Amino acid sequence: MKHTIAVLVENEFGVLSRVVGLFSGRGFNIDSLTVAPTNDESLSRITLVTRGDEQIIEQITKQLNKLIDVIKVIDFEPENAIEREMVLVKVSAEDESRAEVLRIADIFRAKVIDVTPKSYTLEATGTPAKVAAMVELLRPLGLKELVSTGPVVIGRGARGWKG
Amino acid sequence: MKLNGARILLECLKREGVDTIFGYPGGTVINLYDELFSFREIRHILPRHEQAGVHAADGYARATGKVGVAIATSGPGATNTITAIATAYMDSIPMVIVTGQVPTALIGNDAFQEADIIGITRPCTKHNFLVKDVKDLALIMKKAFYIARTGRPGPVLVDLPKDVQIAQTEFEYPESVEIRGYKPTVEGHPKQIEKAVSVMLQAKKPVIYVGGGVILGNAAGELTKLAHQLGIPVTMTLNGLGSFPEDDDLSLGMLGMHGHYCANMAVSNCDLLIAVAARFDDRVTGKIAAFAPHAKIIHVDVDPTSIKKNVRVDLPIVGDVREVLTRMLKVINGHKGEVETMKQNLAPWIEQINEWKAKHPVTYKQTGSTIKPQYVIQRLRALSNPDAILATDVGQHQMWVAQFFQFTRPRTLLSSGGLGTMGFGLPAAMGAQAAFPERQVMAVCGDGGFQMNMQELATLVQNRLNVKIVILNNNFLGMVRQWQELFFDKRYSSTCMELPIDFIKLAEAFGAVGLQATKVDEVDGVIKKAFEIDGPVLMEFKVAREEKVLPMVPAGASLTEMVLT
Repeated sequence: MKHTIAVLVENEFGVLSRVVGLFSGRGFNIDSLTVAPTNDESLSRITLVTRGDEQIIEQITKQLNKLIDVIKVIDFEPENAIEREMVLVKVSAEDESRAEVLRIADIFRAKVIDVTPKSYTLEATGTPAKVAAMVELLRPLGLKELVSTGPVVIGRGARGWKG
Repeated sequence: MKLNGARILLECLKREGVDTIFGYPGGTVINLYDELFSFREIRHILPRHEQAGVHAADGYARATGKVGVAIATSGPGATNTITAIATAYMDSIPMVIVTGQVPTALIGNDAFQEADIIGITRPCTKHNFLVKDVKDLALIMKKAFYIARTGRPGPVLVDLPKDVQIAQTEFEYPESVEIRGYKPTVEGHPKQIEKAVSVMLQAKKPVIYVGGGVILGNAAGELTKLAHQLGIPVTMTLNGLGSFPEDDDLSLGMLGMHGHYCANMAVSNCDLLIAVAARFDDRVTGKIAAFAPHAKIIHVDVDPTSIKKNVRVDLPIVGDVREVLTRMLKVINGHKGEVETMKQNLAPWIEQINEWKAKHPVTYKQTGSTIKPQYVIQRLRALSNPDAILATDVGQHQMWVAQFFQFTRPRTLLSSGGLGTMGFGLPAAMGAQAAFPERQVMAVCGDGGFQMNMQELATLVQNRLNVKIVILNNNFLGMVRQWQELFFDKRYSSTCMELPIDFIKLAEAFGAVGLQATKVDEVDGVIKKAFEIDGPVLMEFKVAREEKVLPMVPAGASLTEMVLT
């Protein structure tokens, strides 16, 4: 099972390596990971996507909580959370595929952020599923490069979550 | 008044109640050692290797319950401490290790004797700190001690660059400390505790399984009371030994790979397993799927990650073990009538256990005049004081100690249970002896492990630490040899220590006394003489070379599949 886990940590040097070291040291998977400071600049927020059965996910959240620099861990339930990621995609665009790329971009509300006679570079945001769908449509047209932020996640409702 | 960083460090140690430290000087801690030169309130012991220094601080911590402190210089000094830090980490020993570091301006430049010790020790410390500014030093030290000794204890490393030791600032030691990401649970959930008691009162075949956490959490008294009040038999892990007196009728001794037959049978047949501050290590459980298959499991532990890590748990209680047991005892007090009924219901179970005890006690055959290693352990027990402290290395001798020494008091066995570190025994004994100069302290080693830290004979002699070293010499790396005999067709690949060492001369070369026994009737004489001598003594016992540790549960087998003979 895929889980998206948000980890609020001290915004200090070395904290990210503690988190990553925990995963590699205990053989847990990381599918994606993104990290940046929050509105409180003493805190950073890590969003990571991992996989495992219930027991493994429980160990992951417990082990994360055990780190001294980790302040809070939330294993988001998909129905209570909004997940978004951004991708930048460079696609070949010559002759007849030139218009097709733009049509796909339009359908997924992606923006063209760079253009050359031979290519378009698109920016798209959305749920991981939407982004993946767009990438799959672009792939046969000649995907030259893809860069993704990995998902970030925020809880639904009025309550903010600061630790 | 302004103090330099080196002095501030020492002032912090003093305020934490540190009276003894183990350390090795070097270029990046020379300023610290200069301050230490005139700082009379702390005794400094110089080991002959940084690994041994940290093991000594570990032994000191295990024997006293206080935080052990060690110092090493940067680079190789710091990397030499790794094995010892990992040893302490696996066994949850509270320690603070201070390492020197190259000046902050040089960090990352591959400077002379630079090592990224923060990076290296991240996976084997509870936490670590790099001090970048002398103004942070006092608070970091406060945090280091707080983290080391609270919750599930563990080693904390503080990396102190040379320029931070020189820089000056006003010194003020914080009264208390608050770390927002670190709030160990102390009190167990009252409802869970009540539930646990009611489950216990209904059990017909219960067993208490005790880990080292009961000793670390100073809860041996409460644990013993609990067992006695309910009449529940107790089995212990290696590091749990001493938490419940082994001469008590309810004691089953150690369980697991080399555990007692009765302990493994009891765990495999019980209907309730009460795990107290234990972590279900693979050496304890054997094949997980067949571990305590008929039992409900109650698990008390201060560390939530220990719960459900290896086995399913029906009733988890997170909290300080002493707090939880105290509360349990209170709840039990309110159920006096049921306790009596329960005890009566347990009679058939106790009878069954006594049958197992009688059927296959741990034993060995004494034949001819050859010394059996188990015999030496029994004689050590008989001829030493009840409060004697015994440190071990790792291997066969360690298991014979666990099987035959019969520990009755907490903090009298010092052994590397988790990491299984050879070379631990001698320096750990050294640390314990430094803490308790008046008590008998023994280091029981094999000939292999002893040679891993034998340079510490010099430290013993120099500091008049009267450790009695016991070498069970079989000229083999015995435990590996045993596995090779049983599972590798007696192909003794690199386990024969072919060079006979004159350990007596070795002891004498360091200025210690060496004694030797080669026949069984010499054993008592050697032990008695060693305890009479006021100074470190090395006793060498030439023991039966191919003796095996039995019973044995082969790796991956279930606890009931014991090899008995």
